Amino acid sequence: MDAIQKKLLKEVAELDALPVGAYNIRSNGVSAARNTTASIDIVTKKDKPGIDIIIKPGTKNQSVHIPVIISESGLKEMVYNDFFIGEDCDVTIVAGCGISNCGGEDSRHDGIHSFFVSKGSRVKYIEKHYGEGTGEGKRLMNPTTVIDLAEGATMVLETSQIGGIHDTLRITKATLAENASIVIHDKILTEGEQQAKAEIAVAMNGDGGNCDLISRGVARGNSLQEVKIGIDGNAACHGHAECDSIIMDRGVIVATPQLKATCVDAELIHEAAIGKIAGEQLTKLMTMGLTEKEAEEMIIQGFLQ
Amino acid sequence: MLELKNIRFEADGKQILKDVSLTLDDRFIAVTGPNGSGKSTLLKIIMGILQPTGGQILLDGEDITGKSITERANGGISFAFQQPVRFKGLRVRDLLGLAGNREGSEAERFKRACNILSEVGLCAQDYINRELDATLSGGEMKRIEIAMAAARGTRLTLFDEPEAGIDLWSFQSLIRVFERLHRETKGTILIISHQERILNIADKIIYLKDGEVLAYDEGRKIMQDLALDVRRENAGQAGPVCARIREGV
Repeated sequence: MDAIQKKLLKEVAELDALPVGAYNIRSNGVSAARNTTASIDIVTKKDKPGIDIIIKPGTKNQSVHIPVIISESGLKEMVYNDFFIGEDCDVTIVAGCGISNCGGEDSRHDGIHSFFVSKGSRVKYIEKHYGEGTGEGKRLMNPTTVIDLAEGATMVLETSQIGGIHDTLRITKATLAENASIVIHDKILTEGEQQAKAEIAVAMNGDGGNCDLISRGVARGNSLQEVKIGIDGNAACHGHAECDSIIMDRGVIVATPQLKATCVDAELIHEAAIGKIAGEQLTKLMTMGLTEKEAEEMIIQGFLQ
Repeated sequence: MLELKNIRFEADGKQILKDVSLTLDDRFIAVTGPNGSGKSTLLKIIMGILQPTGGQILLDGEDITGKSITERANGGISFAFQQPVRFKGLRVRDLLGLAGNREGSEAERFKRACNILSEVGLCAQDYINRELDATLSGGEMKRIEIAMAAARGTRLTLFDEPEAGIDLWSFQSLIRVFERLHRETKGTILIISHQERILNIADKIIYLKDGEVLAYDEGRKIMQDLALDVRRENAGQAGPVCARIREGV
């Protein structure tokens, strides 16, 4: 792995070396490294690009890293990764994609991650998207995440795209059975001429379902963000959605929260706010010795933390 | 030493400060006076948050009138706001880290931040990782604001009504924060306050009304004048407090 690839790996998965536990590192369209454990298997798909990650029932306190890095200008790929998580597991999955494009052609990664989380299992999923490079070719990513939570299953997602990606469509869809719960924290920073669209839709189909969706975005330069967050309450359940955005320069943000209840016992709430950085916040940090620019950066970093 | 020379400030055609001249070089100086007298404006002008319409500000002989907020902050002035600002995502430790002495290891810096929180009556373990957002009460925000200003340890520290909203926390503890800050910095602490307990410990008191300094003298003397005035007012004998001070000092 060269220096650029190592840097990408560090950015998307915070890895300086190969991780402990199960992993599959995909680099420029091929598997560069893989490790399986007694309870976590990783199998290459035969009918299409991608892998199956199979986690045995009862697997606890283990992690799987599956970062994707692209440093070849012009590379375009579509990858299907399916996660089969057995009953009564407690695992952390670290995904993410980094693109470095120093060439003139567009580089693009599209991925569909499907999660089948069995009864009573807990999954933490961390996904970070990152782009860099001086080439004129664009860095494009279109991740889709499909989640099926069985009875009593829990999933926490921390997904982020902090700059560097020219164009993205991020789709997350989840269906929850009885007593299942999901927490999604999604963070996006766009700048320059970048465009990002995010659609998050959760359907709670069983009594006792719970969901908390928080989307935070910062649009600066001439960038555009469109965020749609939707919750369907089809049973006695609780749902909360929050879209919170900071707009700067000539950025444009469209935030659309949507609630749909088909059951009288569904309790759904949404909040949406778009605004610039408050002048008093800048002033406060300046009274502590930061310049206006440094204060702005600290506020944005904190907001997207 | 801070010198204000003929400071004037106008907004919307109204004179908020009228030719204020003061020399400040004591430990604790309280600024008091009725609402709308220009107290907060005066402190904001010293910090550089507002630019005076006229006049000059000197800090230890250096003219800082044209300097920015950042330059003044790095040059030795700190400010605790009356209404602390909230930040989504930024934690208490982030801002205390910015405020405090950056010397030493991370563990040492962390310990110092924890000590400062304890001084303002907050259990450091419970608060150090809290976000400075709406989940903190006004009283908690106020104490953290005081801790941040004190943590900077600058030669001039400005507190805008630090006692407002600190409810259960004792004045004694607040005064201990001021005392320690002075011990360490040997600087000046300028406090806007209406609270007798704070005015009582002030070396000097500035009494402002309608943008003018009506009195600036030893705290003890001004407090005596104020007490006399209240007694006269109760007996139906005297005019407004400020008129008494204007005549008597």
